[in-house]
This record gives sequence, C-alpha cells and structure tokens, in this order.
Amino acid sequence: MDKNEWPLWEVFIRSKAGLDHKHVGSLHAVDAEMAVENARDVYTRRQEGISIWVVESKHIHASNPDESDSLFDPSDDKVYRHPTFYELPDKLKHM
Amino acid sequence: MTDKLVSYVLQLADNSLIYGHRLSEWTGHGPQLEVDMALSNIALDSMGAARSLYQYAAELEGGDKTEDSYPYLRDVLQFKNVLLVEQPNGNFADTIAKSFYFDCFQFHFYTALQNSKDKRLAEVAAKSLKEVAYHWRYSKGWVIKLGDGTEESKEKMQTALNAFWDYTGELFTPTDLENEMLQEEIAPKIEDLKDAWQKSIDAALEEAGLSITDTTGPWHHAGGKNGRHSEHLGFILAELQFVQRAYPNSEW
Repeated sequence: MDKNEWPLWEVFIRSKAGLDHKHVGSLHAVDAEMAVENARDVYTRRQEGISIWVVESKHIHASNPDESDSLFDPSDDKVYRHPTFYELPDKLKHM
Repeated sequence: MTDKLVSYVLQLADNSLIYGHRLSEWTGHGPQLEVDMALSNIALDSMGAARSLYQYAAELEGGDKTEDSYPYLRDVLQFKNVLLVEQPNGNFADTIAKSFYFDCFQFHFYTALQNSKDKRLAEVAAKSLKEVAYHWRYSKGWVIKLGDGTEESKEKMQTALNAFWDYTGELFTPTDLENEMLQEEIAPKIEDLKDAWQKSIDAALEEAGLSITDTTGPWHHAGGKNGRHSEHLGFILAELQFVQRAYPNSEW
C-alpha cells in the first residue's frame, strides 16, 4: 500500500428499518473500523441512515461493460417477464 | 446564587466553544477528506453543546442577554475555559493528543453531570454524552492507529502526548466556584473523575504501545478556569469576534 493512499471502500446505507442497504458512494480508510466511522461522518450526517455496511472496493467484482450486449440486451424483448400484468395492492410499498 | 450558576454554565460553555473553534480550523485542511469531515462534525457537535449552555446562561441572566452575548461580546479575562482547549492545533498528532485528553475528560464529566441537581445541566449532559462518546472513540482510535503505525507516526504521537500532558492537571483541579457548585450538588466532584479518566487513558495507550512519562510531577499549567489565559486565546477571539466588533449588531 502506498503510504499516501488509503484503500478505497464502498459504502452501503440502510435508510430505515425494513429497507435494503443501498450503495451511496465510496471513501478512503485504513481499515474496516475507520471505514464505518468515516461513512458515518461523510454519509449519515443528515439523518440518512440507521445502519452502515462497508466493503473494500477490491472485493467487488463487476460485469464487463464490453459484454453489455450479450448480458443485457436479450432481456429487452421479453416483456412477459415483468410482473406488470398483476394489480398490486396500494398498501404494498417498495416493490 | 444565580450569578454563580451563570458563571459555572459559562465555564462549561467556553470549554465547548473554544474546543470546537480550534477543531473547526481544520476544516478545509484535513489530511484526508474523510478526516476533514470528521473533525468538522466534532467541531459542530461541540459548538452545539456550547450553544445550549449559552442559551441557558442567557435565560438565567435575563435582561437583554442572548446566546450571542457571551461568545461575541466578552473579552479574554471573562472566558473560563481550560488552557488545554485553547492551545494551537500543531500537527495532526498534536490535535489528536489534545482531543484524546479532552474527549476522555468530557466523557467522564458529562456522565457525572447527568446527576446534577440542576435539571437543565443534567439534560444537556445526557444529550452531549452521546456525541462525546463518539468523539472519545474517534480520538482514541487515532492515538492507537498512530501509536501502532510507522516509526514516524509513533514518535509524533508520543511527542504530542508528552507536550500536552501538563495541561491535563487543570481539568481535575477545582476552583472555588466549582467547589461551591459541588456543595449545591450542581457540579460533580472533578477530583473523583481523575481515576476513571486515567484508567481510560492508560488502557488506550497500552493498546497503542505508547506511555506517558510523567516528568512534570505535581506541577501543571492552570489558570484558564479563573480567566488567566495563554496568549493564544486572544488570537482566537480576534478572529471569532471580528465581525461583531467591527459591525456591532449586524445580522446576516
């Protein structure tokens, strides 16, 4: 590790009970504990969350943008896979 | 009696204000963006606590006093903060050393102040305690990281801890006012907080691989709580009060 470069971490925040943790951004920290503290200071100072996850960015494996055509285009013409033919009760939120 | 309570409330407020002001000097200058944000947050917490106390003092005094009367319109001798919090920030380790000693004190002090017979002070203490518990965790975390880091960081952290050690005695040496407030069961007995403070400090230092060599013995800097300050407070107030002094009663 370069002494001037702290590892990068991805931050996920749960905004309230019952909701998923959502990716909100990234930050630098020397270890997981500091990453959680930094996330608290950088991303929850306006009451954005009640729970924090951090993952070191190097552990995230991403799909290759060059393969977007083969990965995602095939689902474009398969409208029957969307659950849009059902009536959802009004009470059901966050679907 | 109210006069004395006001003086005591102001003393606590001044500690938080000057501590917060010093930390705010790091805003825009932190070694990392994340550290910059953290120190600025702690500064804001601290100034928030100061505001609650200044508001209380203004209510007690009545008349045309407001929360702004105290930070903006008093001179150096009327400020009663401890000398530790007005010392210059120095390098990052210096700032952390000051915070390490002071946050730990505030944590134990507010814990005790929750039992104050003065309901308002007890409420402020309960609210501030949550914030201060985080401040203590933060500064302690950095002492451990720097102490347990490289040769250079360890040496700088040790130097900083030594440099501010002889400002810690004032925290636990009561003034006449504090003793009177203790009699009224408004103030906690600060001498009794020393042991718990020392234990917290020692535990953190052990984890950090650092130690304090007490070279000063019983002698420590003192005077801030009686209004006798180092030269640094005047410079802080010059900056803090400039607008209000140059343009009295201006609002924006």
